[in-house]
Amino acid sequence: MFNTFRGGIHPPERKSFTADKPLENFPVPQICCIPMQQHIGVPAKPVVQKGDFVREGQLIGEAAGFVSANVHASIPGRVIDIMESLTVYSRQTTIVIEAEGSFERTGLMYSPVEWQNIDGKVLLGKVRDAGIVGLGGAAFPTSIKLAPPPEMKVDTLLVNGAECEPYLTADDMLMRTYPDEVVEGTAIALKILGIKRGIIGVEDNKKEAINALNKSIKKESYGMDISVKKLKTRYPQGAEKQLIYSILKKVVPSRGLPMDVGVAVQNAGTIYAIREAVVFDKPLIERFITVSGKIIKNPGNYKVRLGTKISVIVEECGGLTGTPAKIIIGGPMCGLAVHTMDIPVVKGTSGVLFLSEDEVSQGDFDPCIRCGRCVTACPVGLLPCDIAAAVEKERFDFARKLHVNTCIMCSSCSYVCPSKRPLSHFIKIAQERLAQQK
Amino acid sequence: MSGSKDSSLLVLSSAPHIKDGDRINKIMWTVVLALLPNTLYAVYIFGTNAALIIAVSIFAAVLSEYIFQVLMKRPVKIFDGSAVITGLLVAMNVPPQAPAWMVALGSAFAIIIVKQLFGGIGFNIFNPALAGRAFMMASWPVYMTTHWHRFPTGNIMAEKLTSKGVIPQEVIDIITQATPLTALKESSRLTLEYNITIDSLFDYLLSSNILESLFIGNIGGCIGETSALLILIGGIFLMWRRVITWHIPVSFIGTIAFVSYLYYYLIGSPYPEFVVLVHILSGGIFLGAFFMATDMVTSPVSARGMILFGMGCGLLTFTIRVLGGYPEGVSYAILLMNATVPLIDRFTKPEAFGVRKERL
Repeated sequence: MFNTFRGGIHPPERKSFTADKPLENFPVPQICCIPMQQHIGVPAKPVVQKGDFVREGQLIGEAAGFVSANVHASIPGRVIDIMESLTVYSRQTTIVIEAEGSFERTGLMYSPVEWQNIDGKVLLGKVRDAGIVGLGGAAFPTSIKLAPPPEMKVDTLLVNGAECEPYLTADDMLMRTYPDEVVEGTAIALKILGIKRGIIGVEDNKKEAINALNKSIKKESYGMDISVKKLKTRYPQGAEKQLIYSILKKVVPSRGLPMDVGVAVQNAGTIYAIREAVVFDKPLIERFITVSGKIIKNPGNYKVRLGTKISVIVEECGGLTGTPAKIIIGGPMCGLAVHTMDIPVVKGTSGVLFLSEDEVSQGDFDPCIRCGRCVTACPVGLLPCDIAAAVEKERFDFARKLHVNTCIMCSSCSYVCPSKRPLSHFIKIAQERLAQQK
Repeated sequence: MSGSKDSSLLVLSSAPHIKDGDRINKIMWTVVLALLPNTLYAVYIFGTNAALIIAVSIFAAVLSEYIFQVLMKRPVKIFDGSAVITGLLVAMNVPPQAPAWMVALGSAFAIIIVKQLFGGIGFNIFNPALAGRAFMMASWPVYMTTHWHRFPTGNIMAEKLTSKGVIPQEVIDIITQATPLTALKESSRLTLEYNITIDSLFDYLLSSNILESLFIGNIGGCIGETSALLILIGGIFLMWRRVITWHIPVSFIGTIAFVSYLYYYLIGSPYPEFVVLVHILSGGIFLGAFFMATDMVTSPVSARGMILFGMGCGLLTFTIRVLGGYPEGVSYAILLMNATVPLIDRFTKPEAFGVRKERL
């Protein structure tokens, strides 16, 4: 009943566009643009040259440091260019592959690896080699999260199946379609971590997913203590620290990590990718995304090759039925609005939304009337109204005293503000300015 | 920030891309709607002069906001409903027979001096309507304290109260012509002067279904404060629409109830619970607790702050009513607490998540 956190909001879910759309394999694109940095950390180093022929799943970018991740060819073909190109995050080195030759992996049946008899370290190596990063959106290299330093005692793995963002349904559909695989992936992650307790947190608006997972756990839990926890449907339930609090009632220190309280968190999609990497030796070359919004002809939950351009997605989904006001990569609460469709789907892309004028909120903002709704909504106990006022006066020192760096950028404050003040935007400005000052 | 004019362009802005539908004007007009039953009832019970006062007050508030915004070359925002609320609340805070010109001046003062000169909506420190009332109280105290409605029976109550023999007619006149609060305040003087026991006075007050009158509202008082029932309905409506929360009204009224019970119990009043109910139901407690102390701009932002604020309002109201010179203290209590809001906000900051642990 009280499986939730302080504050938060309940935005319109708008999941009905895609809630019952089965996972569908997206057609393989003719051209893939694969950026070298699809993760937090150092960009991968290209290990192929223009003109090279690459196999499906071949390593094309090598992790260049501890916090980095491998990048693989999503499709077989020829490297037609290595260039600076735009991604969701920034302009960066991108390997462009034109499809050619045969698919060596897709369609083939691989005999599953008996991972139970393999050492956890070896399994971790597989996860690292596969270039897996957090697929919830943050894109932090997964292998690092699965190998906490020895002085950190991690005792619980939380699998994040909250999917609290409106519109997004890919994780939900994944858990409904592949519950056995998610449970097995959880068991693998537990084995890598060397612990037994895994809890899959799912919001209570995804009853089917909860039932499916429970059934799977009953069937086979690989000797692990895996359970499903029903969470209140409330945004931002899927934010790491809020999820930990909702399930375990533990408070992660401000600017701290889940491992500080003995917890590791992995997104449900990431868990699925971990399983594929371990059981089928499959690198991360595709992911599930939700394509939604009022004006996309065929919204749905698709398995898309990394590097597929947004423009290709629009084409394959039957085109747009109107003029989009905003195109968003990710969810409507945390996602990024982009100005072009000429960017690729990357590892951290959880959805692509094509929103019409009446779906998005725009317009000028008014003065703060101190209604306190942002204070009530803030899941980390800040005073967004006061921080915004400080930023407007460029008093960043004052913003720091108001713990602006504790903000998790969930944007709940901006959502509830009756004056439509861009509170989270002001907070971001303060965070960036304070980071520069250091 | 403003919407794209060229429809082929995509809008770029930071998250979130969807927002709640509530806006300032929606909130303000919801408050007006919540005050409507009470307003209509006031016109019904007090007649045309009340209607005139309400109309003049709203008109004066909106007009002065319009003139000020035009003169200051600011965007004219008279339709956001906030000036209408101020005008309406000023009208609710004056006696039904007060002169309309005075109310117009009070409204103009509230809008221009208290709201606009501080920077307009969102920046005023004091509740404009209450500051307007205080202004009228200081300038025209006679109009503000004696121009009560005379019901045909000559009593404060529309239902006729009958003398019960032991109480002299003069006393009845005194305690029934003003508001019940005046009667309460005067009770100790009356018992001395007219040589009646406090018990017989209370017997009389108890017998005359004063509580029922207070609750329903067929009783004297300022235009908008008589019917606790209708104000309560409006207040519950506002809570249901999530315009206000329970924190301020409950802590405000709860504190009055607790403190006055304690006080009347300790001084040995024969019916402390009765006096508590008279206190709560009479005067502007309900109007103040649901519609004025909850003014967003001039109340704290956090739940803990709101509770503290409400308790302060309650305590000050009681203090002014019982120990101070005025029979009624709601408006001054709220105004005084308005001044403490920055302080309350500073000391009731919510605890930032994970920050305490960080220091360890």
